[in-house]
Amino acid sequence: MQIALELNGAQTSLDVEPQEFLLDVLRDDLGLTGAKLSCEAQVCGACTVLVDGAPVSACSYLAAETDGRVVTTIEGFRDTPAFEPIAATFTRHAALQCGFCTAGMVLTIHALLEDGDLTDEASIRHGLAGNLCRCTGYRAILDAVGDLVTTRTAP
Amino acid sequence: MARADAAEKLRGEAQYVGDLVVPRMLHGKVLRSPHAHARIVSIDTSAADAMPGVVTILTAADLMDIDPYYGHAIKDRPILAIDRVRFAGEPVAAVAATDQATAEAAVRAIVVEYEDLPVVATVDAAMAPDAPLVHDGPLRPGDFHGLGTLAEREGNVCYRYTIDRGDIDAVFATADIVVEGDYVFPSAYQYAMETHSVVAQVDGDGIRIWATCQHPFLVRAEIAALFGVPLGRVRVVVPYLGGGFGSKSYTKMEPITVALARKAGRPVRIVNRVDESMVTTRRHNMTARVRTAATSNGRLLARDVQAWFDTGAYADNGPRVTATGGDAAPGPYRWSAVRVDAACVYTNTAPSGSYRAFGASHLQWAGELQVDEVARRAGLDPIEIRRRNLLRRGEQVRPGGKPLDADLVGDVEKVADALGWSRAKDPETGRGVSVGLLAAGAHPVSSAVVRMEADGTANVLVGSTELGQGQRTAFAQIAGEVLAMPAERITCQGTDTQFTPYDRSTGASRSTTLAGLAVQRAADAVRVDLLSIAATIWPGDPEAIDLRDGAAWCGAESRTYPELIAKRFGLSGGQLIGEGGVHPEGTGSYAEGPVFWEVCIGAAEVSVDRETGVVRVTRTATIADVGTAINPQLVERQDEGATMQGIGNALFEELVFSEGLLLNDNLLEYRIPSLADLPAESTCVIVENADGPGPFGAKGCGEGAFAGIIAAIATAVADAGVPVTELPLTPERVWRAIEMQDNQAREEEGTG
Repeated sequence: MQIALELNGAQTSLDVEPQEFLLDVLRDDLGLTGAKLSCEAQVCGACTVLVDGAPVSACSYLAAETDGRVVTTIEGFRDTPAFEPIAATFTRHAALQCGFCTAGMVLTIHALLEDGDLTDEASIRHGLAGNLCRCTGYRAILDAVGDLVTTRTAP
Repeated sequence: MARADAAEKLRGEAQYVGDLVVPRMLHGKVLRSPHAHARIVSIDTSAADAMPGVVTILTAADLMDIDPYYGHAIKDRPILAIDRVRFAGEPVAAVAATDQATAEAAVRAIVVEYEDLPVVATVDAAMAPDAPLVHDGPLRPGDFHGLGTLAEREGNVCYRYTIDRGDIDAVFATADIVVEGDYVFPSAYQYAMETHSVVAQVDGDGIRIWATCQHPFLVRAEIAALFGVPLGRVRVVVPYLGGGFGSKSYTKMEPITVALARKAGRPVRIVNRVDESMVTTRRHNMTARVRTAATSNGRLLARDVQAWFDTGAYADNGPRVTATGGDAAPGPYRWSAVRVDAACVYTNTAPSGSYRAFGASHLQWAGELQVDEVARRAGLDPIEIRRRNLLRRGEQVRPGGKPLDADLVGDVEKVADALGWSRAKDPETGRGVSVGLLAAGAHPVSSAVVRMEADGTANVLVGSTELGQGQRTAFAQIAGEVLAMPAERITCQGTDTQFTPYDRSTGASRSTTLAGLAVQRAADAVRVDLLSIAATIWPGDPEAIDLRDGAAWCGAESRTYPELIAKRFGLSGGQLIGEGGVHPEGTGSYAEGPVFWEVCIGAAEVSVDRETGVVRVTRTATIADVGTAINPQLVERQDEGATMQGIGNALFEELVFSEGLLLNDNLLEYRIPSLADLPAESTCVIVENADGPGPFGAKGCGEGAFAGIIAAIATAVADAGVPVTELPLTPERVWRAIEMQDNQAREEEGTG
């Protein structure tokens, strides 16, 4: 079936099977491998992409559902101004190790920041509970995002 | 220095094996046994063969031209099950097709007829007299276990490690205090977020694989032996790994992918799903009987341990895990007598292998619970009993092995202080501390090459793998320090056995220490070369020349490295190449080692809700006793990661098997810690005594905190008044322990 969506800022037409998941279309058909395959159960967040600005688990999201919507992957987000402060705070705090969770983490943080959902430590803990990281132990991620929130809310 | 790979990973540009596409590549899928133990009666691939897009199907019949068994410790593992499956999840066949969906549909269309065989589901069943054997016939030793000559197996016990010194029975007979207990340690899944993935290509040039392996040179050796190809014609490339933690140690999905590619005549990529990786490797579950003897005033006398490690249907790293567990069982104390009998046991379950701090994670918590019980009976604080009984630097840990190379008393005092040990606490709060040692470094063979280019930048070639720990950054820093130039001008890229020289393995906390030492020596060779060129410019006293800020200096005169290189080669071009290596001083045997003792120290504060059994970890503290911290920020990150994994393992991670079948093979039913589980406070204290064998006195870290935190949480929960004998400390387990304790108290009151 034909679908039409805005993908990383460009109008795109795709031919997808009804049962195909968005993650497979992105990775296998479009070569957009920034979103990663891991748990396939919407638990880990490694496959997170933004659909109409909201984080979704692409492993469980039907590609067909993106028809008429705006989809952002890390390949699109990384060249926008909003990426820089997130990347900078993550680098400063070494809030990544193997990197497998990182793209999903970055996109989720962006979406939550845009919605004003990240305001303090409790909201960060809650907001990012759907993005697992097995390497960092989360301390550095909490500190990195905390810094970002402080900077954004500074007068 | 910031991580060299941060930008790539943040931008989603870092390549992992599952992202790779090579020309003409096919997609592979494995058919796995649903039965824990069964004879394979027949395999009918006709329906699958006929499906459009299916290129080839591999079964055991395609492996009869080679000796299809591998296994670095015990060569017991066939590439595909031959006549018989020994665990649920064992590969029986594999399909290569033009796309993933077709490969999966074809796997479902293969019809296999099985005949059930009796399932040996647990260690108890495996150890029973007349237990069915998981493996018949003699076991063949593998080539890479480093444990000396392996003894004959006894029934389902494939390896045994024993320690026996002092008169253990006499000491126990006369001791004032004897603590005894039986402990159960669960199987866990390492859960590296990237699953096992391999791309394999077999052609006239040889075999080339891109694989998620931590030890590419060991995998290369096994592939070369399996397929009868010279080592130099097997090429293993390892890009970034999405985590390892031991789950990608040794050989996993490589042989089956190579065999499938060999038959297909085209490259094949196989990417495990999470449920497949969960039956590819897991942590050994273990039961142990532990006894501790002491005097009435808290002097520790003797430790007696029997432990049984469930290695699943194939040995993988079982023998080494068992040996390291045996070494960790006594704990780093001045015992008069020690007896350990650790057995590695086959069962019809998925094979167990390496996981962070194995051995220490298994047994430290049990031993430390008993040390605390001795302390309670002797009227001593847990810190004080350790202060009195811990080994001191230079004392013998085990006979013939490396003496203790750390200040454990200093470390335990620091960790207690970092936790706030002496602050007042309420009745629901428990505090625990734990000290252990892990035999670290694995086998000390590593080599490196440093090449300086005509523009003065440098390249480090080293065969260890980047799993996330940041070693590419650390190696650049080490080389930069030696070459007196900014580390940012030094690159250290991925592992490719064609170009990066031999490194035995990445694991056992060895990379900064051993591969780093090789890098230091290689950089030093280039340094010497630069100085010798400078000496031709400024003949006279060589002591008057030194290297600083990317140039050679003699008094007020200087020449940059590019100028020196141009002088050597008489043109704009050329490279200075330096080589360095590490090899064992003695035989490099396990008994003579380890390379260094990794300190496993943790402290934890917990709050136990007696109504619900819920345990919350409120604070943690760990010690990274690293000799010299090459990159302190990355050292702290290791302890932070180890702490969260420790919390997961102590409180909720458990693989549940029933009759050999894994019940919770998904992340909904196997709980991994999330950011919500992070304690309010955690501290890592870096201790630098320059007492390591690595560059600038460094020694490794990354695993000690894992064992230390698991043990500290156990001792903290015990301190809160809950008896602990089994992990993980789920609310149900804790609640039941409290119930039993309350019932017992009520009974005693009633009869009192």
